[in-house]
Amino acid sequence: MTRGKAVEVFNVTKRFGDYLALDQVSFTIHENEFFTLLGPSGCGKTTLLRMIAGFETPSEGAISLFGTEIATLPPHKRHVNTVFQSYALFPHMTLEQNIAFGLENLGWDKARRQARVAEMLEMVHMTPFARRRPAQLSGGQRQRIALARALAPEPKVLLLDEPLSALDLKLRQAMRDELRELQRMTGITFIFVTHDQDEALDMSDRICVLGKGQIQQIGTPSEIYEEPENRFVADFIGETNFLEAEVIAVEGATARVRTAFGFEITTFQKGLTGPGRATLSLRPEKIGMEDQAAGNLLTGTVSAKNYMGGYTHYTVDTPAGVLRVSRRNAVSQAQSYEIGREVRLGFRDDSARVLAQ
Amino acid sequence: MRGFRFWGLVPAWGLMVATLMVPLVIVALVSVAERGAYGGFAWAFTLEPYKEILFSEDWDGNLVFDPKYLAIIGRTLALAAATTAICMALALPVAYVIATRTPRMKAALIYLVTLPFWVSMIVRVYAWLIILGNDGVVGRAWAALGGEGTLLFTSGAMLVGMVYSYIPLMVLPVFAAIEKLDPALLEAGADLYASRWTTARRVILPLTWPGLAAGAILVFVPALGTVLEPMLLGGGKQMMMGTLIQSQFGGARNWPFGAAVALVLMAMVVLVLIANARRAMRKEARA
Repeated sequence: MTRGKAVEVFNVTKRFGDYLALDQVSFTIHENEFFTLLGPSGCGKTTLLRMIAGFETPSEGAISLFGTEIATLPPHKRHVNTVFQSYALFPHMTLEQNIAFGLENLGWDKARRQARVAEMLEMVHMTPFARRRPAQLSGGQRQRIALARALAPEPKVLLLDEPLSALDLKLRQAMRDELRELQRMTGITFIFVTHDQDEALDMSDRICVLGKGQIQQIGTPSEIYEEPENRFVADFIGETNFLEAEVIAVEGATARVRTAFGFEITTFQKGLTGPGRATLSLRPEKIGMEDQAAGNLLTGTVSAKNYMGGYTHYTVDTPAGVLRVSRRNAVSQAQSYEIGREVRLGFRDDSARVLAQ
Repeated sequence: MRGFRFWGLVPAWGLMVATLMVPLVIVALVSVAERGAYGGFAWAFTLEPYKEILFSEDWDGNLVFDPKYLAIIGRTLALAAATTAICMALALPVAYVIATRTPRMKAALIYLVTLPFWVSMIVRVYAWLIILGNDGVVGRAWAALGGEGTLLFTSGAMLVGMVYSYIPLMVLPVFAAIEKLDPALLEAGADLYASRWTTARRVILPLTWPGLAAGAILVFVPALGTVLEPMLLGGGKQMMMGTLIQSQFGGARNWPFGAAVALVLMAMVVLVLIANARRAMRKEARA
């Protein structure tokens, strides 16, 4: 199935004075996609979203919405809607009036407006609150109304600017599921901005990792996590151990490297062209411990232990450096390894990734 | 601490009594006194000064209704209201532009708004006398465009002077109200297909209403009692309550009548303030 292109960003650069916020960024977002812009603060993700919404104009480059160039259109002429981080509900209007605001500006007649407002309130389970004002709502309820208000005008693309960051943990988890459900139900393309990797991995069809004003990688959540394009992505998404490695040979997508542990392994590589120095990325949960140790074996001493409930983080000193190892606290009471204990570790070749330094 | 709470307020109370209550009582007493033979007043209780506002004696000594002072009160109210309305209309865009600048620019522009206060009001109103005069910039432009007569000594001239004098008092509270607005609300307006004009009307205006109300009080109240503009720009031809009071204590030497008009003016101000307080309270109750 080929899907239409909802948003195309082409060679977009944005400068604020001397500061380069975005540098020659290009990507395509498909119709009906849950697309996430992920990155640390200051990476340009919000600027990018604001350019799609029309609150900023690119210094260079083009943005198109379903094939129409929109980079210089004012926000009120773009058929996209935004869920703001602060929700930005109009405090002097009731919830109904908030939701109807966009529809009135689009010139919908009264009957159609009322039907749509009722439908939206129903959709976010807020019907009994129609006549209240935003100040009388909890954070989660405001969030729902902000969603209803933005979805009411049937936007071609919905933009969400860190909409969950103001909610507490439990509510955040529930809203993730609700957002995902809403996206499936409405079939509208969602562009979601966040700095929270868990949110991104959980909700997205595809993730665009931004860093230092540039795209670091675009891919599905598992591609981003399992096959990071570079050190930045491996470091930003999840936890990992970086180890020095010496490239012996590169063969297409794989490379043979000599590890800091002394032995050689062959595994997938990104960004390498030939022999030289490289970085080995090894996720904590890919390293087996004691009874789970398999593949390349080594020994170390537990130097720290953090019990996290579902799993335990160990810090293990090895001759080649410090390794972080994560072990699930499984079905029965899991074996625990005390600080100072010598442990056997092991990892398989293909669970490590070789990246350019 | 209890002692301090009481004694600490004594200077404030003393100041209020000495500079506000005592003079007010004196004015109230004068307003029910008789006119002195050579100006001033003579102690004797009479309501004549208040009657004088509405009635005058005809040739036969009968009291007949005379609207000449009512006309002055009406003109005063109309000019003060017009000044307030024009100040509102001008201050909104000015305050909006200032509130949306960078912090440095904002400070500079607010400084400029308050700059006229550094120069004596008399000097500033005199400046308008020159600008509007037949040899002034505006006066000449008026003549060149085929305008007839002089611009000075008209209600229009007074209005220009009053708007100029009081507009900073409107800009400042409106600026404060706009600055408090979450900029995301304006973006939300645009995002939901509202043009700039619709956003201004449906989002900015209702949310800056408290600032406009505060500005309206700050402009309307002093505009009611204004003396300089009617005297200089109105040329004394267009009497207003302020100039009427002044003339009664001055040239006309009718202190009781002047005091009576002063109290009527004060009653009007108090009514406006009460109306505003009630409106604010109703709003408070709703929220």
